[in-house]
Amino acid sequence: MSILIENISKHFGQFQALSPLSLDINEGEMIGLLGPSGSGKTTLLRIIAGLEGADTGRIQFGDRDVTNLHVRDRRVGFVFQNYALFRHMTVADNVAFGLEVLPRKERPSPTEIKNRVMHLLEMVQLEHLASRFPSQLSGGQKQRIALARALATQPEVLLLDEPFGALDAKVRKELRRWLRGLHDELGFTSVFVTHDQEEALELSDRVVVMSNGHIEQIDQPGALYASPNSRFVFDFLGNANVFEGKVENGKWQNQQASIALPNGTEQKDGQLYIRSHEFFVSTEPTAQANLPLRVIAINPIGAEVRLELTPIDWQSNDVWEIDLPHKAFDKNCFEKGQTLYVTPKAGYFFAHDAQQPVLLNWETEKTKLTEKS
Amino acid sequence: MATHLSAADTRPRHKRVLPGLSLSLGTSLLFISLILLLPMSGLVMQSVDMGWDRYWQVISDERVVASYKVTLWAALLASIFNGFFGLLLAWVLVRYEFPGRRILDALVDLPFALPTAVAGITLATLYAQNGWYGEILESLGLKVAYTPWGIVLAMAFTSIPFVVRTVQPVLEELSPEEEEAGMTLGASDWSVFRRVIFPALWPALMTGVALSFTRSLGEFGAVIFIAGNMPYVSEITSLMIFVSLQEFDFPAASAIASVVLMASLILLFAINIWQARYLRRLHGRS
Repeated sequence: MSILIENISKHFGQFQALSPLSLDINEGEMIGLLGPSGSGKTTLLRIIAGLEGADTGRIQFGDRDVTNLHVRDRRVGFVFQNYALFRHMTVADNVAFGLEVLPRKERPSPTEIKNRVMHLLEMVQLEHLASRFPSQLSGGQKQRIALARALATQPEVLLLDEPFGALDAKVRKELRRWLRGLHDELGFTSVFVTHDQEEALELSDRVVVMSNGHIEQIDQPGALYASPNSRFVFDFLGNANVFEGKVENGKWQNQQASIALPNGTEQKDGQLYIRSHEFFVSTEPTAQANLPLRVIAINPIGAEVRLELTPIDWQSNDVWEIDLPHKAFDKNCFEKGQTLYVTPKAGYFFAHDAQQPVLLNWETEKTKLTEKS
Repeated sequence: MATHLSAADTRPRHKRVLPGLSLSLGTSLLFISLILLLPMSGLVMQSVDMGWDRYWQVISDERVVASYKVTLWAALLASIFNGFFGLLLAWVLVRYEFPGRRILDALVDLPFALPTAVAGITLATLYAQNGWYGEILESLGLKVAYTPWGIVLAMAFTSIPFVVRTVQPVLEELSPEEEEAGMTLGASDWSVFRRVIFPALWPALMTGVALSFTRSLGEFGAVIFIAGNMPYVSEITSLMIFVSLQEFDFPAASAIASVVLMASLILLFAINIWQARYLRRLHGRS
């Protein structure tokens, strides 16, 4: 079922939790609401569910206007962050709850309910735990039961609030894949809230990035990563190093450090955002950039080695992070405390007066330069 | 002092913050013996002295048996009333923000703080035929003061904090998510209360009601002023003990007291065992 959200806003006392925002969700889509805590993502999810009322705006499920419909009549599946299983009921009773409370006319017979519960438990692969109590289950098992319970009434909309937040990394990954499979198989429309960019990018058809009650950007995961349209999205989606530069003699200057402007770039002051893997590393400054940094930590992570660096004789608010392939790292054999120079290959430039970034690419020039010499 | 500390710091620490088992358990047992077990065994000793036949004669005396009935019925009604009203009060105190909530919260303990005799006299004055409430009730054809209903009233008044104070913390800890989960699954408000909230409150409520009941069994001060104390009609067991004492018949007093004691103990043990079973299921130690 498609979901239409139009001009929804909400405030709690003085605090504006959601500024008027609109969002179209297609039938069968899986949408991730991504943002830091306090960005309004959970509030939005709860408004979609009907657990919270919006101050203004309209919500429609398919052709049905549900704005003023009580949560119990919206017929959505909702999975809570801390599972919210009924502690005094067995797993089977928990799953059966949604069916047991149906009005007598719609309620299936007890044997029918039992069969459906067993079927749901099979679906989440936990039929052997039917007579256990929630306190006897692990986090991952609880989450699956919470999902089975939410799906028992066959909702067309499934809402999940930080569904994997409290689980360890391995279980989280497993459940994520399993949820995606279930979503594709059963064809419901899902909206989930997360603050984990990896989770959002991996699981969603489209990601909605939120901050301070606004929607910053709505895009497919790939597009979002390739072309973030604001500083916030850039910061949030990841591992970007920021260089604050003033234009002088065709270079962005920051005290002793400098980066050359690529050809044809507007001569404006602003911030350069460079992702951690878009760098060359050398022991001497290059013609293109003079960015001296001191190595403060070396962390091998999977296929790459992450260097943490602090600027020497120039200013940056954060520690810089640079990812190198093992090969490149082994060739140079960096050590803690060593000084090294980095040269960006590509980056995004936010002029001080602009909201939209300009894509920068030094690569093409560099190949030209080397061809000349 | 500083050197002493640093010397100790170099050694691995085993000690807990609280004193060890032997010391803390020993102290607890000593105090329990002094203030609970000793007086109780004195009571038993005194009734043992009188011999079985006399004991049975005292506790099965017609007037005393009538007082058991009155006390039990009144305590039962009072604790059932407190079960409902205490739950409601706890609910209001936990779930709603309103001006004066803190004052109301503090007032709940008043029956504990107030000398029971003061409570009894106050209630008797209010509910007497010419009292503020008594007058209104009289016109409706209800007599409360100096009838068994007065006993129920006094018992309910003095023991309501038990229910409120046992239910309140459980209600506070109840996660709103469970209720919300119930609602998203389509349950009506009543269904959510009956199937989700109430089962979680049930053990605490039962404990509160049981405490309220046992407290009511032994209530004396508040009751005698409003009961009217008519033999066979509105005499409570505590009064029978008091009457025996006034006649300097100490063995008879302790005999009757031992019956009240046994009843209270059995009830408390039963409720504890039941509650432990129920909670074990909730918290998963099976």
